Amino acid sequence: MEDTKKFSGKSILSGIKQYSMLIALLAVVVVFTITTDGKIMRPASITNLIFQNAYVVILAVGMLLCILTGGNIDLSVGSVAGFIGAIAGKLIIANKFNVYISIVICLAIGILVGMWHGFWIAYVKIPPFIVTLTGWLIFKGLNLIVLGATTLSPYPDSFLVMSTKFFPDLFAVEGFNLTCFLVGVIAVAAYAIVSTFSRIRKARKGYENESIISFLLKLVIMGAAVIFVAFKLASHNGIPTVLLILAIIVMAYSYITNKTVAGRYLYAIGGNQKAARLSGINTNKAFFLVYTNMAFLAAVCGLVTAARLNSSTPTAGQGYEMDAIASCFIGGASAYGGVGTVSGALIGAAFMGVLNMGMSIMGIQTDVQNLVKGLVLLLAVAFDVVSKRKTR
Amino acid sequence: MRNITKLFPGVKALDDVNLIVEEGEIHALVGENGAGKSTLMNVLSGIYPHGTYEGDVLYDGQICSFKEIRDSERKGIVIIHQELALVPYLTIGENMYLGNERGSAFNIDWDATYHEADKLLKIVGLQESSRTLIKDIGVGKQQLVEIAKALGKNVKLLILDEPTASLNESDSRKLLDLLKDLQKKGVTSIMISHKLNEINYVADKITIIRDGSTIETLDKAVDEISEERIIKGMVGRELTDRFPKRESHIGDINFAVKNWTVRHPLYTERKVVDDVSINVRKGEVVGIAGLMGAGRTELAMSVFGKAYGSGISGELEKDGKPLSLHSIRQAIDNKIAYVTEDRKGDGLVLMKSINENITLAKMSKVTKRGAIDKDHEVAVSKTYRDKLRIKCPTVHQLTGNLSGGNQQKVLLSKWMFSEPDIMILDEPTRGIDVGAKYEIYCIINDLAAEGKSIIMISSELPEILGICDRIYVMNEGKMIGELSREDASQEIIMGMILSASKGA
Repeated sequence: MEDTKKFSGKSILSGIKQYSMLIALLAVVVVFTITTDGKIMRPASITNLIFQNAYVVILAVGMLLCILTGGNIDLSVGSVAGFIGAIAGKLIIANKFNVYISIVICLAIGILVGMWHGFWIAYVKIPPFIVTLTGWLIFKGLNLIVLGATTLSPYPDSFLVMSTKFFPDLFAVEGFNLTCFLVGVIAVAAYAIVSTFSRIRKARKGYENESIISFLLKLVIMGAAVIFVAFKLASHNGIPTVLLILAIIVMAYSYITNKTVAGRYLYAIGGNQKAARLSGINTNKAFFLVYTNMAFLAAVCGLVTAARLNSSTPTAGQGYEMDAIASCFIGGASAYGGVGTVSGALIGAAFMGVLNMGMSIMGIQTDVQNLVKGLVLLLAVAFDVVSKRKTR
Repeated sequence: MRNITKLFPGVKALDDVNLIVEEGEIHALVGENGAGKSTLMNVLSGIYPHGTYEGDVLYDGQICSFKEIRDSERKGIVIIHQELALVPYLTIGENMYLGNERGSAFNIDWDATYHEADKLLKIVGLQESSRTLIKDIGVGKQQLVEIAKALGKNVKLLILDEPTASLNESDSRKLLDLLKDLQKKGVTSIMISHKLNEINYVADKITIIRDGSTIETLDKAVDEISEERIIKGMVGRELTDRFPKRESHIGDINFAVKNWTVRHPLYTERKVVDDVSINVRKGEVVGIAGLMGAGRTELAMSVFGKAYGSGISGELEKDGKPLSLHSIRQAIDNKIAYVTEDRKGDGLVLMKSINENITLAKMSKVTKRGAIDKDHEVAVSKTYRDKLRIKCPTVHQLTGNLSGGNQQKVLLSKWMFSEPDIMILDEPTRGIDVGAKYEIYCIINDLAAEGKSIIMISSELPEILGICDRIYVMNEGKMIGELSREDASQEIIMGMILSASKGA
């Protein structure tokens, strides 16, 4: 019985530390709600937030896997995303190719790009930093070669569905997208039912469970947040289609990192590569797959970005890698590897997104924005590091 | 040191400890892992600054309030940690004067640095140029460099935390003799050690610490000191037998290595293991004795799915059938386990929990349709925790926070969980205390009783003699002898090694 956690003042405190970045995110939201007179909470703002930051979330999830293997990063993702966007433009706009076949081709090229990186990293043993630095140059160059330094536009509607459209409403309520709201409610209900069943199953098998209070607290807070966002979206145009892509990616990779052997191996490699190897883990294969996956997600990101901009431009994707890396570290990933979660990366991306949007609404100039962003990020990570140190 | 009490969150690491060290003596500090020896020395050397502990540190009659290591070094107190603090890609001389550079801050006097460094190296008996890079010399020599570095700081009180833990017998002896030489020059030493024979050899006084308190101080001049006496103080009970008895039920040969040759991965002309053949029977514990660098670890790792070496030739046979292993995965799937010698560096993922470490080598056992059943994983870990008596609040505890003995038990659990027939244990009791060693021996006996075949590599001869049914002796990559338990003794084994070295 010694393993049962008591819900005491101490555990609340450690809970606060565990969710320190989430609390920081909430604080930023509150601050901007006040400074923008609630403009950031408007339905249109929240919808925009999702559109504008979809790319960061997609890249951050892939970047997290790279970072897990030992603090390795992928500097090429922005260039790769731009390159894939260029190919999509060349196929769909310039050559009037079938949209769906084009998407498959683009994703396949993304995987090939990743295998290229993975080969040099895993089998030739060149440090990832250097390999992806060359990738950053190579694919920026190829982007320009493919597009010939021109911008291709516009895309057909069937392609734009990926990023700028909304799911249709099944009910006809004036000014309120009931479908959207119901989806939110159903999602929360489904989560509640699944987690309750898992609790019951654990109790029946005699496994330990977290305390009922923290379980309910988590459920209520998460449920309220989701329903709140669903309500806001419903008051605007409904569910953005890109949200579905994000949901699938976040859930799939959460599952991989949490529940699968492959995910566990990534954490083990980041924690102690030698020990992982002597436990029968093929570390080369892991590096190869992680970087292949990263470029695949960069390709997804390239397509989503092209759809959002409704064009393929030579500058697309520039600087994306830094946003993704920052999101992971804000979200609590360790720069030495072995520590980090997909949900953390998601929170990190949201943090950056809210910061960007809040300052834009306030009409702060971009130069000042960068300054503030840099400082806030530093503070956020320092807060995280210091609060974690005290729990030890 | 008077009435020292040091609290860590949730733990009282030191409880009202008193320690008196007289000038010019060599004082040994012994105790089980986690007893608080290192903590006490960290208080003395200012690593835990004044104010974070209670009690007083008195040096030459004065109360000291060290805020950082520099303060204690100014008084001539230098601590040498178990993990050496040398920068591999700098020269010996650069390392010795790191943070204590000759010349001025903007103009380092390299000639003086190397000149003085060479002089000090001569004192500690190291025949290297001070311009050699640290990475090019062995651990034994690095330890001497650390001492030379301390001499460069005008050391009066030298603290050594397990200085011989990773040294072989001859290097250890050299180091201990050096301490005695320094003693004649007026240097006081405090030495933390687990090796009782070394303490007997070198120490004037011995203080025993258990559970954060000083138990007693023995004076060589007054008290009669024996290993039994010290062990009794350390564990708080008489250990009548340091090795648990076991009845051997030995079956057929179920694993054999034949004519095994392994070359060095970089210098491929060098044979690290040269035409070695060994076998092990069901329920048997086979020991491989030898000096450090004899090729024992290399033999084990190359057998374990070619985890080491290049140009491997020879045959493996398991249950009478030939076996060829090309990856570690294959080795594990064929029920072979290798429990590594360096549990922190190669064995455990220290930043991960106990349960995640235990299942790592055989995840398929806690996986259903590709998904990890975490509840099952925790349940499994708990059974191992109870079975091997791993001391931890929960199995979610990070392995990095456990003591050496408990880490070793987690490592053993991990490989027991992989359900091997053959277990190769590489220095399974290195750096752990007497009580934990006994428990590890019991586990080994239980495994043998279950019918597993154990190959144990150890540099401690008493342990090999106490545990193994049969003993192989290796030297310089070659197998130089095979002895039954009855025929073997420390003298015979050392004799074999020495005569083999001479012949080569």
